[in-house]
Amino acid sequence: MIRYVGSRLLTSVVMVLLSTLVIFLIANTVPGDPALVAMGDMAASDPAQVKAFRAEYGLDLPLWEQYGLFLQRLVHGDLGISISSRRPVLDDIVDYAPATLELATIAFILSIVVGLPLGVLAAVRRDSWIDHVARAVSLIGVSAPTFWLAFIMLAIFYGQLDWAPGPGRLDPVSFPPDRITGLLLIDTALQGDWATFHDAAAHLVLPSIVLAMATLGLVTRTTRAAMLEALSQDYVRVARAKGLRRRVIVNGHALPNALLPVVTLGGLAYANLLAGAVMTETVFSWPGLGRYTFRSAVTVDFPAIMAITAIVAAVFVLVNLAVDLSYAMLDPRVTKR
Amino acid sequence: MQEAADLEAAKQGDAEPLLRVRDLRTWFLTDAGPVRAVDGVSFDLAAGETLGIVGESGSGKSVCAKTIMRLLDPPAKIVGGSIEFRGRDLAKLDEEEVRAVRGREIAMVFQDPMTSLNPVLRIAKQLVEAMTAHGRFTAAAARTRAIDLLRRMGVASAQAAVDRYPHQFSGGMRQRVMLAMGVSNEPALLIADEPTTALDVTIQAQILELLRGLNADLGTAVILISHDLGVIANVCARILVMYAGEVVEEGAPEDLLTDPRHPYTWALLHAAPRIDAEAEDRRLVTIEGQPPDPRAWPEGCRFRARCPFAIDKCAEHPDLLPIDATRASRCWVTQAGGALHEPVRPQPQARDAATAVAPQPLLEVRGLSKHFPLPRETLFAEQRVLRAVDGVDLDVMAGETVGLVGESGCGKSTLARLVTRLHEPTGGSIRFAGSDITHATQAEIRPLRRRMQMIFQDPYASLNPRMTVGEILTGPLLLHRIVDGQAAARTRVEELLGLVGLPRQSMQRFPHEFSGGQRQRISIARALALGPDFVVADEPISALDVNIQAQIINLMVDLQERLGLTYLFIAHDLAVVRHVCDRIVVLYLGKVMEIGRAADLFARPLHPYTRTLISAAPVPDPRVERTRRHVPLKGEPPSAMNPPSGCRFRTRCPVAEERCAVEMPPLLPAADGQLVACHFPGRI
Ligand SMILES: Nc1ncnc2c1ncn2[C@@H]1O[C@H](COP(=O)(O)OP(=O)(O)OP(=O)(O)O)[C@@H](O)[C@H]1O
Ligand code: SF4
Ligand code: SF4
Ligand SMILES: [Mg+2]
Repeated sequence: MIRYVGSRLLTSVVMVLLSTLVIFLIANTVPGDPALVAMGDMAASDPAQVKAFRAEYGLDLPLWEQYGLFLQRLVHGDLGISISSRRPVLDDIVDYAPATLELATIAFILSIVVGLPLGVLAAVRRDSWIDHVARAVSLIGVSAPTFWLAFIMLAIFYGQLDWAPGPGRLDPVSFPPDRITGLLLIDTALQGDWATFHDAAAHLVLPSIVLAMATLGLVTRTTRAAMLEALSQDYVRVARAKGLRRRVIVNGHALPNALLPVVTLGGLAYANLLAGAVMTETVFSWPGLGRYTFRSAVTVDFPAIMAITAIVAAVFVLVNLAVDLSYAMLDPRVTKR
Repeated sequence: MQEAADLEAAKQGDAEPLLRVRDLRTWFLTDAGPVRAVDGVSFDLAAGETLGIVGESGSGKSVCAKTIMRLLDPPAKIVGGSIEFRGRDLAKLDEEEVRAVRGREIAMVFQDPMTSLNPVLRIAKQLVEAMTAHGRFTAAAARTRAIDLLRRMGVASAQAAVDRYPHQFSGGMRQRVMLAMGVSNEPALLIADEPTTALDVTIQAQILELLRGLNADLGTAVILISHDLGVIANVCARILVMYAGEVVEEGAPEDLLTDPRHPYTWALLHAAPRIDAEAEDRRLVTIEGQPPDPRAWPEGCRFRARCPFAIDKCAEHPDLLPIDATRASRCWVTQAGGALHEPVRPQPQARDAATAVAPQPLLEVRGLSKHFPLPRETLFAEQRVLRAVDGVDLDVMAGETVGLVGESGCGKSTLARLVTRLHEPTGGSIRFAGSDITHATQAEIRPLRRRMQMIFQDPYASLNPRMTVGEILTGPLLLHRIVDGQAAARTRVEELLGLVGLPRQSMQRFPHEFSGGQRQRISIARALALGPDFVVADEPISALDVNIQAQIINLMVDLQERLGLTYLFIAHDLAVVRHVCDRIVVLYLGKVMEIGRAADLFARPLHPYTRTLISAAPVPDPRVERTRRHVPLKGEPPSAMNPPSGCRFRTRCPVAEERCAVEMPPLLPAADGQLVACHFPGRI
C-alpha cells in the first residue's frame, strides 16, 4: 500500500509538470500579444516601450527559457507578477481562492449528501415516484444552463420572495471577520462572530445550490445506474438467498460496489467546481477564482494564466490521487492484482 | 445407503415429505406475453434425500429452483401450485417469512462461483453474516464456525483464508466457500444449481465428493441441478428429467439411465458420448429440432415434434403417471410398461483408405514454447513470465483427429493459437505441410492461412453481430480471391451452408437470430469457406447442450470424411475427446504428460495425471460407477509463473517420490507408441 501511494504521488508530480508545459505551449501559440493588450493602444504604438515591457516580463526570451524561468520561480513559490493587477499573482490567488474553495466545497457536499441517497433510493424503488423525482433532478441538473438557473433563482428567491440575500459573500453592512483562513464560515466561527456567520451562510445558499445542480444531477444519475448494476449482480442474489434483510443487502452489498464509479465521478466533479465557476460567480458577484480566471483570460494576463493553470492542474492531480487512494481502500482488487 | 433407508422410511411410514411441490407454475409475465418457464411441476423430497434435476437449457430447472427459494421478482409470478415445506406453503409466505426460511432452512449454491461472492467484502464477513442474519450465532461464534467449515470444505489454511478477498481465490475454492456458506445454518435442504458446470473435471469431482459427504454426514437433503447425467448419477438417489417446463420422467438412476422410459431421457442418454465405451462409429444419436417456445407450448405432448416414437395419441397431452412403484413417466408409449428400443445407430462406415497409407505429418511441432511477460508490479520489479506453453513436441498426421486435454490454464488454447500462428512462439519450431512457419510474417503465412482455420468456443463472440451470415461467409472468400465476383461467392456460400446443414435463407439473417448450435454451424462454415485441410477447434461444443453437441460432433465427423480434414480438437470433456479423437495429447502446466491412441490411453493410462483425469470424469451409469476405480486428484494446478521443480505434476501426484522433485521426466516411448513423461509410468 505504501509503495502504491508513493508511486501514485510520483506520477502526480509528473502530471502537474506536463500540464503546465502543455498550457504554456498552447498559450504561446494562440494569437493575442499580452504586451499590446496590457499597455493599451497608445503605449503599444511606441516600439521602445513595448520592448521594455517585454523585457520586464521576460517575454523576449526564447520559449524554453521562459518556461524554465517559470518552473524555477514556481519551485520558490513565486508565480510572477500579474500584468493586469501589477501585484504578485500569488497574492491575487490568496485573495480569490478562499471564496471559491468555500463555495465549491459547500456545493460539493450538497450534491453528494442529496445525490447519493437519491440515486440509491431511485435504484432500490425503481419506477416509483422517487425514481421519477431522481430522474427529473438529474435531467434538470445536467441540462439546465447554469447562468439561466442562477438568474431564475436569484429572481425568485431574492427578487420576488426575498427569502435569500442578494449577491456577494456578505451584506454590505456586515463587517468581514479578521482574515485567518479566508473562509468566512470558519473565520467567523473561530472568532465567535455568529451574526456574520449566519450572514455568510445565508449568502452561500443560492450560489451553492446553483453550482451544485450539475454535479448533483451527475451524482444522482451515476449512483442510480451503478446501484441498478450492482443489484443485478450474482452476489446480490446470493445475499438474498442467505436470508439477509433488504436493507443489509442494499447498504452492505450493493452500495460498496456502486460507490466505486461514484467516487471517480465525485472527485472529477469536485476538481471542476474548484477550478472555478465563471457563470455562478459572475451572476452572484462572487469574488472567486472563476472570475479572476475570466479576467486574466480576456486581458491575456500571461503570468496569471500560467499560475492558475498550474494550480488547477495541481488540484486535478491531487483530487485524482485522492480518488485513486479511496478507490484502493474501497476495492481490494486494485492494489493487489 | 443412509438416504435409501430414509427414503424407505419416509415411504412406508407415510411420513410427511420435507418438500412437496404440486403443479407448480411460474410464468414471466412479459410484454410479449407470458413465458411459461415452469408449467406444471410436481415432486416430493424426503428429509435427507438427494434429488437430481436434468434437462436442456431453458427447460425450467433454474426457474424451478429459484421459485422454491422465492428469489424471483416481477415479471416472474407463481401463477399456480404449491410448495409445501415442513407443512407450510412457501408460495404463500410474505417476504419477511420467506427471509427466515432462506439460508436458514433452505440454502442455495449457484453456478458461477466467480461472481457469487461480493468482490469488495472479505470471505469472513460474507460467511459470518449468513449465520448472524438468522440470530443463531454471535459474530464471534460465527467466525470460529466459518473457519471450521472452510476447513471441512478442504480450504487450505482456513484460518488465514477467511480474511482474504474473493479475487484471491480460484473458482474451485470459491465454490467451497459457497458450500460452506450453504450449510452454515444447518439447513434441511441445499439446492445446488449447476455448482460444477464452470469448473474443471478434477475440481468437479472434488466438489461432488463434498456434496455427497455433506448429505451423508449432516443429513442435508440435496437438490442438484445439472445438464450432465453423469454428475447427477454420481450424487443423487432420484432423478427428475425436465422438458419444456414440466417433469417428463422420474425415477432412480439405476432405472432411468439404463432403461429410460421417456423418449427425451432416451435421447439425452444416447446423445452423450461415454467415457467407458468404445464406439464403432463416431456419429452420435441426435434428435432433430429445437426445444419449443415457452411462450406457446405445443398442444399435446410437448416433445412430439422431435420424438422418434410419436404415435397418433400423442396429440393429447400426457400426464406424469407411475409406471411402477418407484418411477413415473409422461409418455403414452411407455405408459403401458414397455421399454424403448435401442437407437438405430448409423451403419459403421469402413474407415477410408486414407488412414491405411503411410501417414504424412501435416503439422510438426518441436520444443514449442510461449512465455507471456507479465506486467511489472512496480517500475523496478523484475520482469516475470508466465510459461503458458513450455517445450511441446507434437505431430499431427494428415487426416487424423488429435485431441488436446488438460485442466483450464494448462495451455491448450495457447498451443492452438501458436500452431495457427495467431501467437508468435517464444521458442521451438512449427512446420506446417513441410514449410517452417515458426516466425513467418503475416504476409508469408497468408497463403497457408487458407489451409488452416480455427473454430472457437463461443460462436457468438466470434461472429460479427452487425454482418449478415452471407457477408460473414463471403468476406474471406473475396479476401483470399477464392472466387471471382459476387455471384460466384453467393454460390459458394450456399454450398457452405448446405455443408453445415443450414437453410440457404440463413444468408440474409444476423448471428443473433440463430441458436447456439446454429451459430456454431455458421462458424464452422466460415472456417470451411477457404477449403482448409487443417482445422483447429478450441472447445467447439463446450457451450452447447448435449443434443446440440452431438449434432455438431456428427457434422464434424461427416465433414472430415467428405473433405479429408485434419483436426486438432480441444475439449475439457474427456468422453467427447475419447469419442472423436484418434490420438490424445494430455497437457499439464504447459508440458505434454502423455500422448497415445485414444483407445489405449483410456484403457491403460500410463501417466498418473491421465489416470486421475479419467477417474474424475463421471459416468452416467451407477452400475459402472460402482465398479470404477477412483483416484481422487488433490488440490489445484500450481501457478504457471513458478511451476514446481522436476516433474510439474509432482505436487499433486499420488505416487511421487524424491526423484520427481529433482529430475524432470522426459517424454519417452512406452508400449505401442504411447509416449509418457513420468519416472514411474503405469504405477497407478
Ligand atoms: N427474467 C426472465 N424473463 C423472461 N423469461 C425468462 C427469464 N428468466 C428465464 N426465462 C425463461 O424461462 C425458461 C426457463 O429458464 P431456466 O433458466 O429455468 O432454464 P434452465 O433449465 O435452468 O436452463 P440452463 O440449463 O440454461 O440453466 C427459459 O425459456 C427462459 O428463457
Ligand atoms: S407421448 Fe408421444 S410424443 Fe410424447 S414422448 Fe411419448 S411417444 Fe413421444
Ligand atoms: S514423474 Fe513422479 S511426480 Fe511426475 S507423474 Fe511421474 S511419479 Fe508423479
Ligand atoms: Mg439454469
